[in-house]
Amino acid sequence: MRVIARLDVKNQFVIKGIHLEGLRKVGDPNQLAKAYYEAGIDEIVFIDAVASLYNRNNLFSVIQKASEEVFVPITIGGGLRSLSDVEQALDAGADKVALNTAVIREPGLIENVAKQYGSQCVVASVQAKRTANGWEAYMETGRERTGVQVLDWVRRLQDLGAGELLLTSVDQEGTKTGFDVPLVQAVNNAISIPVIVSGGYGQPKHIAELLEVTEPSGLCFASVLHYKTATVDELRQMIALAGTTGIK
Amino acid sequence: MKKIVVLSYGLGNVRSVGNALRAIGAHVEVSHAEHSIMQADGLIIPGVGAFPHGMANLVESGLVDVIRKYIAFGRPVLGICLGMQLLFDKGTEFVPTDGLGLITGSVDIIPVSTEVGRLPHIAWSTICQTEQGRQKMFAGLTDSEMRFYFVHSYAAMGVKPDNISATVTYLGNTIVAAVQSCNVWGTQFHPEKSGPSGLHFLRNFVNNC
Repeated sequence: MRVIARLDVKNQFVIKGIHLEGLRKVGDPNQLAKAYYEAGIDEIVFIDAVASLYNRNNLFSVIQKASEEVFVPITIGGGLRSLSDVEQALDAGADKVALNTAVIREPGLIENVAKQYGSQCVVASVQAKRTANGWEAYMETGRERTGVQVLDWVRRLQDLGAGELLLTSVDQEGTKTGFDVPLVQAVNNAISIPVIVSGGYGQPKHIAELLEVTEPSGLCFASVLHYKTATVDELRQMIALAGTTGIK
Repeated sequence: MKKIVVLSYGLGNVRSVGNALRAIGAHVEVSHAEHSIMQADGLIIPGVGAFPHGMANLVESGLVDVIRKYIAFGRPVLGICLGMQLLFDKGTEFVPTDGLGLITGSVDIIPVSTEVGRLPHIAWSTICQTEQGRQKMFAGLTDSEMRFYFVHSYAAMGVKPDNISATVTYLGNTIVAAVQSCNVWGTQFHPEKSGPSGLHFLRNFVNNC
């Protein structure tokens, strides 16, 4: 199972909030990325925390620098709206692009990116929020409702050609109270592409609780790494202790 | 300083491959020009994408003959991911397509049922080297360091044992992870994205050039 660092970036700073809101500065994105790489991280995801709100892309210079000193897969997300945005992101040195807002408005973008650059570089990013009878997909970093059911949406994203899915629980994000286990299980069962889980980790038992029920392809960590609550090796050990083989 | 040309043919993370090579002290040129390729100490064929698209780009840009000529002179070539797949006789992704035919084998979808497991195979996987792999490609890497980043749904099948340098097991399938045929090397994994082990592997390639 992949251990992934998630860096939400705003105005050249890594920030962290609760429920994707109330943001605090925690460091320089390139310094953190390099430190996590040296600590043995499997992958790094950079999310532009404001780009999709203001319709701009300012993460490309960060990516360019990261790709010169970090030799693990790099994903960029946030504010990518067109094939030319994706092209610029990949040119800057990203290996994959995470698409959310733009895709809800224009699902064809996933298909076009997959055709042009291959499914392996398309990460469909889904922000899920609990409802009375399931989960609804949100956009604009968890602020805006879409009216779309998460389980329908993830099947559609797979059909459109997404290579993997980045699943963020808006409810759990930043709360350190554990993953939304039923959500991960439902999504993991609904589709057959790899699922990356983001949002909610607080303590080791949360990993065990999740892996007991379902086995995603990767886990994203933010606060725990930014605030040095655990190291990459410790996270890896927790996953190993939970008895995962990393292939389901 | 060794000059390594990273082949640009419209499909591939040429920047990432170039960055990794620069990090280990190689002189990197990203090019598809014949004169530049023919003067290189080593040639890397990167690649992310689909087999037919990759092959069509090589054919259209006249690079098939250049690659063949380069290899005929005994010069070292490394194909990465799709770049490795293109070294084989043919591929079956979307439509059956002839490859470069430099190594015997064909590139087919990994046979897994979606109930048991997932495609693409996106993972850091520990690979198992053969005696041939240990001598050159993976020289200096311990078994625990043999962990590399994979992202693919198709894999080389029907490869002669002599050409296999390493294998990886995914959902019960033994998949070719690295191949070698004289001066032609190929990896299904991405060394440029595999951390220190990947850089070590690339250093072995550059030192071999």
